[in-house]
Amino acid sequence: MNDAQGRPSRILLLGGASEIGLAIVAALPLAPDTHLILAGRNLAQMEERAATLPCTVTTTAYDATALETHRDFADTVFADADIDLVISAAGILIPQSELDRDPQRAGELVQTNFTGHVTTLLAVTRHLRNQGHGTLVVLSSIAAVRPRRANFVYGASKAGLDAFAQGLADSLHGSGVRLLLVRPGFVTGRMTQGMPPTPLSTTPDRVAAAVATALTTTTATAVWVPRALAPIALLMRLTPRVLWRRVKR
Amino acid sequence: MTTRLDGRPEERVLTGWGRTTRSRARVVGSLDGEALAELMAAQPPRGILARGAGRSYGDAAQNAGGIVVAPDAAPRIEPDLRAGTVRASAGSTFADLLSALVPHGLLLPVLPGTRHLTLGGAIAADVHGKNHHVDGSISSWLESIELIDGQGRARILSPLLDGPAFRATVGGMGLTGIIRAATVRLMPISSSRLQVSTHRVDHLDDLMAGLHQATQRYAVAWIDATAQGRALGRGVLDLGDHLDAPDPLHEPDGLHYRPTQPPAAPPLPFNPATALTARAFNTLWYRKAPRHTHRTASLNDFFHRLDAVAHWNRALGPRGFLQYQFAVPEDSAHLIAHVLQTFQNHRTAAFLATVKRFGPANGNPLSFPLRGWCLAVDMPAAAPGLGPLLDQLDRKIAEAGGQVYLAKDARLSASRFTDMYGDLKDWRTVRDELDPRHLMRSDLGRRLGLCR
Repeated sequence: MNDAQGRPSRILLLGGASEIGLAIVAALPLAPDTHLILAGRNLAQMEERAATLPCTVTTTAYDATALETHRDFADTVFADADIDLVISAAGILIPQSELDRDPQRAGELVQTNFTGHVTTLLAVTRHLRNQGHGTLVVLSSIAAVRPRRANFVYGASKAGLDAFAQGLADSLHGSGVRLLLVRPGFVTGRMTQGMPPTPLSTTPDRVAAAVATALTTTTATAVWVPRALAPIALLMRLTPRVLWRRVKR
Repeated sequence: MTTRLDGRPEERVLTGWGRTTRSRARVVGSLDGEALAELMAAQPPRGILARGAGRSYGDAAQNAGGIVVAPDAAPRIEPDLRAGTVRASAGSTFADLLSALVPHGLLLPVLPGTRHLTLGGAIAADVHGKNHHVDGSISSWLESIELIDGQGRARILSPLLDGPAFRATVGGMGLTGIIRAATVRLMPISSSRLQVSTHRVDHLDDLMAGLHQATQRYAVAWIDATAQGRALGRGVLDLGDHLDAPDPLHEPDGLHYRPTQPPAAPPLPFNPATALTARAFNTLWYRKAPRHTHRTASLNDFFHRLDAVAHWNRALGPRGFLQYQFAVPEDSAHLIAHVLQTFQNHRTAAFLATVKRFGPANGNPLSFPLRGWCLAVDMPAAAPGLGPLLDQLDRKIAEAGGQVYLAKDARLSASRFTDMYGDLKDWRTVRDELDPRHLMRSDLGRRLGLCR
């Protein structure tokens, strides 16, 4: 259970080497006894990146694309004790041109960014429901709002995730479990290295701070980072298609 | 707040009085002993917990994902006027008990700061009153407890015949079984009013000296936790004794007890208690207190002042508040000033603080009071940096041999808890005997490592 100051005692980070994911953990109020479980493919890398966090860290193997393992994975991480916060941060970004050349890679992207989240979050949610408390943080994206020709497979995967998370959040109403959907704009960081930032771009630390603030409220269900993206998302939806398809990136 | 369930179980998100932690449980109404035994035989995977009125501040009366048994039946109160005792169902509130007992010239000898708590909850938390230095906690006044233990067996625990089980249960935060009823020894009174003297004291040392020297049965001091520098710990001393004879002015028809129907506070979407408003409120309260007065007061006025506004917890914003209540031994009395100073330095919006003297501890493994001093400070839970600040105070209090009150707690870590209360080997042995399958569980118990 979170304590009175909203400090979780056990955190599960899916995509344990994720820059945003680790930034979120670092931005949270942590108690000395807080236990962080990093789940991902590269155990050594996760350990290295989490070395400066002021809490107990353990790592466990998790592959977002290995759908058949997700149920056992969830059963195992929840076996010891309750988990108060699950951050679903696994995700990849591959340039559209590469996907056009190699459609199978597009399948991997969708599997990592969408399908793997669905199977993992459903498996995790079963345990959260049973324990009657807990918070899920799901990282969506501004790209989920409307697919852009420059980036539409990624956009489609995030749109699927966004829709799934909204439905999951509604299904969790009254269960004691809460879902926070995070929609950052363009995040400058490892994932977008070499790409020129768009207007209203943000950083992993700013995303993390926004998530930490949203988690202190009892009501927030979705958070845009920066906040100005909310009205822009509306404009994006309303833009006529003839104009929209001319958007270069 | 009594639960109305009409016999149907209901999934419900529960919180404590401070509204800081929340979790969902399957809430069922009062069950008879047979139904409880059946429930326990079914071994629900997330365990069972009894909840009273939900007046503990933290997560003591929550059982996330499990079953919570909440009283929904009318209270059963059977006074034995000749013996001066009362047998009452665990779901009876102190208001119910006072209404039934005071007209007969009998009083519960331990009255905590609200009349809305239940007898079962009071026993589980081993509550104390303003007279702990004279009369001890409720544990010393219990003739027997009727408990359904974790195996579904109905047991009658008396302090003399079942010492270990009794002491593990009184203060045991509901983790040894479900208390069905109890028999309490009462205190005869000749009047339902008290002779109260109030003194405004402008320094903490004098205030504590005043409490130390008090000859009255009831002694408590309200502290202006926002006063700084030389005024640190200034406050108002409240001393009271029962009148020896009925007050002809206020009770011409004999003793009576009328719980008022107080106005309810509105739920506020923000937290009005800031460092500034807390200071304004406390200064005003202090200034308006007379330097010295003597007056008579009703039981409600003297004991249950906070009950004058119903649901006052809702008026402190959606993120809730917490009460940091701890006791330290006599030789660590300086920690009272230290804690006040720490809250000062961090501009904590401590909107309410009280200090009391405690008499000797009773030896129950999980009971809170210990001989020395007790401070309780209410503050908004969301203040930035409050978590590490309180962690640091926990450490100091543990080092001094002090304890934090579990009935108020929603944040103590398992390791600090062990520092304060010990490894509880004896308690765990008795619990294993009463509840070998560890079916009785709570969010507090999980947090402190008392159950799974």
